[in-house]
Amino acid sequence: MSEIFLQGGWVVDPASRRDAKGDVLIRDGKIAEGKPSKEAVVIQAEGLVVAPGLIDPHVHLREPGQSAKETIATGTAAAVAGGFTSVIAMPNTSPVADGPNTIAWMRQRARETGVANVFPTGTISLGQKGEQLAPIGSLRQAGVVAITDDGHCIQSAELMRRALEYARMFDLPVLDHCEDKSLSAGGVMNEGKWSRILGLPAWPGIAEEVIVSRNVLLAELTGARVVCQHMSTAGSVRILREARRRGVPIEGEASPHHLTLTEDRVEGYDTSFKMNPPLRTAADVEELKRGVVDGTIRFLATDHAPHCGYEKEVEFDEAPFGVVGLETALGIYLTELVHSGLMPLRDVVERMSAFPSSYFGLGRGSLAVGAVADVTVIDLARAWTVRKSEFRSLGKNTPFEGRELKGRAILTIVDGKIRHDLDVRAGRS
Amino acid sequence: MADKKLMDGEAVRRAVRRMAHEFSEKHPQGNFALVGIQTRGVPLAHRLAKEFQAIEGGTPLPVGSLDISFHRDDLASNVPVPKGSEVLFDLKDKTVILVDDVLFTGRTIRAALDALCDLGRPRIIQLAVLVDRGHRELPLRPDFVGKNLPTSPQERVRVRLAEVDGEDAVVLEREKA
Amino acid sequence: MSGVWQRKDLLSLRELSAEEIGQVLSTASVFKEILGRPIKKVPSLQGRTVVNLFIEPSTRTRISFELAAVRLSADVVSLDKETSSIRKGETLQDTARNLEALQAGTIVIRHRSAGAAHFLAQRLKASVINAGDGSHEHPTQGLLDSFTIRERLGRIEGVQVLIIGDIVHSRVARSNLWALTKLGAKVKLAGPSTLLPKEFAELGVEVVHHLDGALEEADVINLLRIQHERQVQARVPSIGEYATLFGLNSERFKRCKPGVLLMHPGPIHRGVEIASELADGANSVILDQVTNGLAVRMAVLYLVSGGKGVGGDS
Repeated sequence: MSEIFLQGGWVVDPASRRDAKGDVLIRDGKIAEGKPSKEAVVIQAEGLVVAPGLIDPHVHLREPGQSAKETIATGTAAAVAGGFTSVIAMPNTSPVADGPNTIAWMRQRARETGVANVFPTGTISLGQKGEQLAPIGSLRQAGVVAITDDGHCIQSAELMRRALEYARMFDLPVLDHCEDKSLSAGGVMNEGKWSRILGLPAWPGIAEEVIVSRNVLLAELTGARVVCQHMSTAGSVRILREARRRGVPIEGEASPHHLTLTEDRVEGYDTSFKMNPPLRTAADVEELKRGVVDGTIRFLATDHAPHCGYEKEVEFDEAPFGVVGLETALGIYLTELVHSGLMPLRDVVERMSAFPSSYFGLGRGSLAVGAVADVTVIDLARAWTVRKSEFRSLGKNTPFEGRELKGRAILTIVDGKIRHDLDVRAGRS
Repeated sequence: MADKKLMDGEAVRRAVRRMAHEFSEKHPQGNFALVGIQTRGVPLAHRLAKEFQAIEGGTPLPVGSLDISFHRDDLASNVPVPKGSEVLFDLKDKTVILVDDVLFTGRTIRAALDALCDLGRPRIIQLAVLVDRGHRELPLRPDFVGKNLPTSPQERVRVRLAEVDGEDAVVLEREKA
Repeated sequence: MSGVWQRKDLLSLRELSAEEIGQVLSTASVFKEILGRPIKKVPSLQGRTVVNLFIEPSTRTRISFELAAVRLSADVVSLDKETSSIRKGETLQDTARNLEALQAGTIVIRHRSAGAAHFLAQRLKASVINAGDGSHEHPTQGLLDSFTIRERLGRIEGVQVLIIGDIVHSRVARSNLWALTKLGAKVKLAGPSTLLPKEFAELGVEVVHHLDGALEEADVINLLRIQHERQVQARVPSIGEYATLFGLNSERFKRCKPGVLLMHPGPIHRGVEIASELADGANSVILDQVTNGLAVRMAVLYLVSGGKGVGGDS
C-alpha cells in the first residue's frame, strides 16, 4: 500500500464541484477516503491549490523518428514539470501515425519511458497527404483519442466531409489546423503592417477563417465533432461563436502564444517567434481572450512543438514553424487569464482538466473518490522568470524567454506517483 | 591644474607675420601656393597668404584646403566626418607649402602628403606649422615654424583661431586630475 | 571630429535617423568629388578585407560594391552561391563564421531571405552591410536614390516622389520610403492593388492605384523594375496590361512637370516600366544613379568600418 496525503490545500475540483480548503488522500494510485496511515507521504499544501492533473490536448512528442527534437521521455518530463499529467500527442511523427502499428508502438514506448499519460492521435489521411483516408476504424481500435492531419490541413473539402462522416461512426473527434494553403501560399508571418515592413511572405488571417467557416458547415452537415486548433484571428472567433450558438458541434483551441503575443515581435527576425499559424495583431489577441472567457474557445492547449537549436538558427523564412509550451503554458494562462481577473481559477482548471478529459473520453480530470490519482499542485502566487536553460524539454525554442510569470505547478502526481516536485516537499513534513 | 596659455593673440599674429616674411625670403617671386590641412590649417593658410600679399604686393596667392580623413591610419578608433578637399588650382609642377597648426608625431603630415599627391604632382612640397611641439614619430621636419614649444608627450597643445574658436591663442591643456 | 554614425552595420534604413542618413549622404559627396579626380583611390580601408557574399545573384550591385571597396584600398573577395559552400548545403551561419574566421572585416550580403543581414549582424563581430535581403530592404539603393534627388534638386524636404511598380515585393520601394520620408519628402506609392496592399498607407506614405493626378504633382518618378515575373503574373493579368496601366510612356510624360526626374534602379525593361526614349531622355537620371551608387557605397563601407555600435534593430 502506498499513500500520499496532500494536507490543508485549497482543493479546486470542478468535476465534483469542490472549491474549498481540504485534504486529498491518494492510496494505490486512486483518490481515497478516510485518514492517512502512518506510512503516508504527507505533503503540506497550505496556501497551495490542489487541482486535478492538467491535460494538454495538443503536443508534439516527435517520437518516433525525430528524437533529436524531443522524445516521449523528455516530452513527458517537460509535461509534468509544467503541471500536465496527460498529453494528447499529434501524429506527425516519422513514420506518420497513420496506422495501428505506429500507435501500438507509441503506446508501448510511452508505458516504458513516459512519466505522464500519453494519448495518441492518428492521422485523417494516409501519410498526411490529404488524398486518401487513413484506416480510421483501425486507429480507433488501436487507441487513438482523435484524428488530425495537424499542420497539414485537409485542403479538399470533399475529403474533409468524408473524414467527418466516417469519424462520426466512432464518435471520434477531428482536430483541424485551419489553413487554406492557396491563401497562405508560403507565408511565414501575419499579413499586415509588419509583414509589409519586414518584407516577409505573408500568411493572412483569412486563410484560417475560410477553413474555420468550412469546418463549421461540415460539422453542421455531418454532426461530427470538430476542434479548430490553435485559433489565431478575431474573425475565426466570431465565426465559431455564431456556430456554437446554433449548436454546431465545433470547438476552438487556444495557445499561450496567440493569446499573448503580437506580430511585431517578428521585428528582429527571431525565429522563436515563428509559428503556424503566425502571431497576429493586438485586436486578434483581444478577441481570442474574449472568446476564451465567453466559452467560444474551450480548449487551453500548448501546441508544444520542439525543434533543435540548429534548425531554428537559420534565415527566418527557412526556419521550421513552432515553439515549445509545456513548461510555460500554465504560468501564461494563470497570469493572463486568472491574475488579470478575466476568469476565475476554477474555470481555468476545468478547461485544463475535466473538460478535455470528458471531451476525449480520457477518464481523468477529477479528484472524486475512486478517480485515477492525477493531481497538479499549483502555487498561484509564485513569481518566476522563464529560462529556457532550465527546460526539461529538448526544445529551447520559446518565445517567452525572460518573461515574468505568476503561478507555477510545484508538484505533479501521475497515477499516484510523484513525477515533479519543484520545492522537494515530499517527505519534508 | 588649469590650462596654461603659451601664446596670446598678439603672439600668434606676430608668429604668422614672421612666417610670411620667411616665405618672402625663400620665395621672393611669390611663385608658390598654400594648402591648409582641415580644420585649423585652412584659416592659417589664408592669414599667411594675406600677410604675404601685404609684404610683397601683387596678386593673391592661391590657397587650397586638404581633407585627410580618408588617409588617416586610425580609422578603427576614430571616424572623422569628411569635409572634402578644395584645391582649385593645378598642382602640377607647383611649389606647395602645406600649412597646419601643430606639428606633433608627424602622422597627420604623412596622411596629408598622400592626400595631396592624390590630387596632383607638385614640384616641391614644404611644410609650415604655427607650433612645433616635438616628439616626432616619423622622419619629417618643418620648413617654417611659428614657434617651437617644448612639451611632454602627455600634454595637449591646442591652437585656437578666431575663425574657428572665436579667439587667437595657443594653450597647454593638462590631463585633468 | 566625429559624426552621429556609430553603427557597425547597415541593415535597414528604417532604423536610421535622419541625421545618420544625412551623414552618409555628406560623406558620399566627398567621395563623389574624389571619384572625379585623376587618382580615384584613397587608402582608408587599407588592410581591411571586404567580402561580397552574394547568395542571390546581382551583377550590378556586386560590381558597385567591389569597385567601392577597391577605391577605398580594401582587399576584396566576392562569393556567390556557386563559389560558396552554401551550394553544398552549408548553412548561412556556418558560411559567415568561416568568413569571420578568415578575418573578413566587412561582409556585404545579398540574400533571397528577408532578415538575412540581421541574422549575420546578430552573430558576427564583422560589419555587415545589407545589399538587398528578399523583399525587405536595399539600403544603399535608398541612399543613392536620395543622394541623386538631393544632388539634382538641391533638397529633399518637400519634394514629391512618386514610386511606381510592384511595391509589395520591392526592397527598393521600402528603403526609398524610409529614407525619403525621414528626410522630409512627400512619398506616394502607385501600383495595381494586388501589388500594393493597403497596409503601406500605415507607413507614412500615400497609396494610389491610378496615375491620374499623381503624375502631375511629382518632382521625381521612380519606376521599379517588374522583378519577380512569376509572382507578378499571379497578381496581374499580364505584363502588357501592367505596362498599359502603370508604364511611363510619352503620352503620360506630357502630363508631368517639365523638370521631373525619372529614376529607375535598373536593369530596365524598356517599354514595360518606362518608354525607351524617356529612359534615354533629358529627364532621366538613371546613369547618375549608377555613378552615385559608387560614392554612396564607398561612404557606407567607410562609415561602418569605424562603427562600434551593435547592429540590428532588436
